[in-house]
Amino acid sequence: MSAERLFTFRNPWFAAGVGITAAMVVLSLIAGFVLLPYATKNSQLAGLWDAICSAAGVPRATAISGSPKPTFVTSSVVMNPQMFGPTDTRSVGRGATLAMQCAICHGSNRQGQVDTPNLEGQPAAAVYKELRDFKSGSRTNAVMSPFAVKLSEQDMLDLAAYYSYLPRQPGSHPDPALAAPPIVSRGAPMRNVPTCSSCHGTTDAKLGTPWLDGQSAVYIQTQLEAFASGTRRNDISQQMRNIARQMTSEEIDEAARYYAVQP
Amino acid sequence: MLNSKRLVLAHFWLAFAVFGLALLLGEWQMFVRSPLNLWIGNSELYYRSVTAHGSAMGYVFPTLIAMGFGYAITEFALKKPLIGRRWAWAGLALVAVGAVTAMIPVSLGLASILYTFYPPMIGNPFYYIGVVLVVVGSWIWVALMSVNMAAWKRENPGKPVPLAMFANVAGAYLWGWTAVGAAIEVIVLILPVALGLRTTIDAGLSRVFFSWTLHAIVYFWLMPTYIAYYTIFPRAIGGRLYSDAMARIAFILFVVVAMPIGVHHLFADPQVGAGFKFIQSVFTGMVALPTLVTIFTICASAELAGRLRGGKGPFGWVAALPWDNPMMLAVAFSFVMLGFGGAGGLINMSYQLDASIHNTQWITGHFHLIFAGAIVIMYFAIAYDLWPHLTGRALDSVRLMKAQLWLWFVGMIVTTFPWHYVGILGMPRRMASYDYANPAIAPQALSVSISVFGGLMLLISAGLFFAVLIRGHRAAQTDPGEYRFSIAVHEPVRVPVALNGFALWLTLMIALTAINYGYPIAQLLALGGNAVPAVYVGAAR
Repeated sequence: MSAERLFTFRNPWFAAGVGITAAMVVLSLIAGFVLLPYATKNSQLAGLWDAICSAAGVPRATAISGSPKPTFVTSSVVMNPQMFGPTDTRSVGRGATLAMQCAICHGSNRQGQVDTPNLEGQPAAAVYKELRDFKSGSRTNAVMSPFAVKLSEQDMLDLAAYYSYLPRQPGSHPDPALAAPPIVSRGAPMRNVPTCSSCHGTTDAKLGTPWLDGQSAVYIQTQLEAFASGTRRNDISQQMRNIARQMTSEEIDEAARYYAVQP
Repeated sequence: MLNSKRLVLAHFWLAFAVFGLALLLGEWQMFVRSPLNLWIGNSELYYRSVTAHGSAMGYVFPTLIAMGFGYAITEFALKKPLIGRRWAWAGLALVAVGAVTAMIPVSLGLASILYTFYPPMIGNPFYYIGVVLVVVGSWIWVALMSVNMAAWKRENPGKPVPLAMFANVAGAYLWGWTAVGAAIEVIVLILPVALGLRTTIDAGLSRVFFSWTLHAIVYFWLMPTYIAYYTIFPRAIGGRLYSDAMARIAFILFVVVAMPIGVHHLFADPQVGAGFKFIQSVFTGMVALPTLVTIFTICASAELAGRLRGGKGPFGWVAALPWDNPMMLAVAFSFVMLGFGGAGGLINMSYQLDASIHNTQWITGHFHLIFAGAIVIMYFAIAYDLWPHLTGRALDSVRLMKAQLWLWFVGMIVTTFPWHYVGILGMPRRMASYDYANPAIAPQALSVSISVFGGLMLLISAGLFFAVLIRGHRAAQTDPGEYRFSIAVHEPVRVPVALNGFALWLTLMIALTAINYGYPIAQLLALGGNAVPAVYVGAAR
């Protein structure tokens, strides 16, 4: 091996390699962390250090103090699939007792009022999330809210366990011949509306979504309209509000009538 | 002299078998979501296929080519048997076992998360374990390449490492470091969630680690192609390599700047600061440099060949080139696709321009043009060049080879140009279905249909490719003679230490990684509280 030493600035390759790389780094640091933050309009920087921190992505409060406060209660429910593990029969039993007060409106065997959803066989996460939201006030209803505020955390888990334990009842007036309208089968990609089944079952069932088959058309329609108008806003990432706003009233009607006659 | 013929052949055949299967899936995907077909009605099947296609084409196929070609280079260039042949077989076995392990859950629909993993989506743990096995298998190759070069240098003090081996080891080191990002993501962040030990995952941090791998992996795919440009092409067309030193510098530049630039894949992600996006954008610009150096050097080498063949005047040498030589054809096609793909890439790496094509079909078009086009066509050429030396039989279906290369080139253009166009129209990528009856999407229907036919041409081309290789195996035995790499115009007698090893360049690569990735990763780790619930694919909910 030759005696040529590499890691010394006397070696021109080392000097050039390290020098050019360092120069590139320094120049791009100056440009990216100083010049560009200052060149950005409305960047509201409090000084050089602030500019560097903002470019580095350090979370910080903006110079304008006070972020807007929402005028409504946002949903605070956090769930994961493990919360609703194997059925606990004692929980189901307690839920069954508690559910007697639900039957006044929600009925049983799909014999509830048309403006209420069927609960039998709903995923536990869906029941639990809506109860939590009614309790916290992020979803409101003159009849439902007073029932929910009295429920403890365990009550809500028990009710969820009970309703998910019950088998889904067959639809009361199914019409399998009715083809799915385009808004259900394909969604509306250019309006950012996915198919219903991409969250509500069949293709994929997202945690916390209810199944829709055989729900009353009045209930589905009311909820879609409430999402569209913003009177219901307990969908955490606005996913249902964004979808419902993009649906025409005909599409809302079609989707509601389609799901109402599913078995 | 090739002692490890079976080893190299096994790598190439496994690679091409995987390639053939994944290609079928690719064409199926293009067909089912085009207006030529009524929608299959189940997007999960589509994503299952995309996952298989991407994982096979991105992780398994090019890795095996780089490994097999690397072993061949080691013996051809160093003119001595490969050290650690048993380890090499073990590496191949790991890749094969890993590929099968990963593909079983994918086929069952338990890991339809695409090859980019997409946390918080979480697939079956065996998918990730399979991918890790593939990477570990390839790391054995990285170590073997390093060991073989070191051993040769010890035995030949002061002599320049043959260019092919130098470049090969550059590719190995680049991959070794590049794969670390995805390995950390999978082993530390994803696998515990997939195994059920945790139920939440920091998706932003995962994406940052993945970007560490995501861009430089393309340069790893590119390495065999560039090695073929420099060390096979000039010899194959009867010329000489214009500059050995320029070649070394190009490969060194890839080692230094190809990796710490992946954040340009995260331009639309909020978890990385704009300053780091900028600095990585600058270094992404730098990575065009070795490619420009290569284009210059290879064109100069071609000019030498053209003039040696009697070409005169400023362009006469182009006509004098051996255009009926498959290698000539492959390199010309590869350059054209590299040119278009590279131009598209400059748009992707520009913060503002990226905003208009981010996550559109443009991106799909871009990386297919570069990888499946410019790179894979050279994999074919490498196979054609090596096959007689691997089998001891001549490949004499030259017309079939030329037809195959033409079809692949035209097919790739017909496939990817419409993708670029619909991307500009706003067609998102990774969508399973499009409603072409919608007036807003209807103008894209024609382009998407055209690209399906491009895919069909690629399928036919792949069929011809297999036909050429299989006919080669059946041909009469001949003596292919000694395998030779290109000779430089000025053969290096001795080269500076810096151009004969990687110590300095690996140091720079790691230092740049620390500068470009250190803070964003440290901040995400320190902040904490970014974890979101995992979304288990295929799980009952």
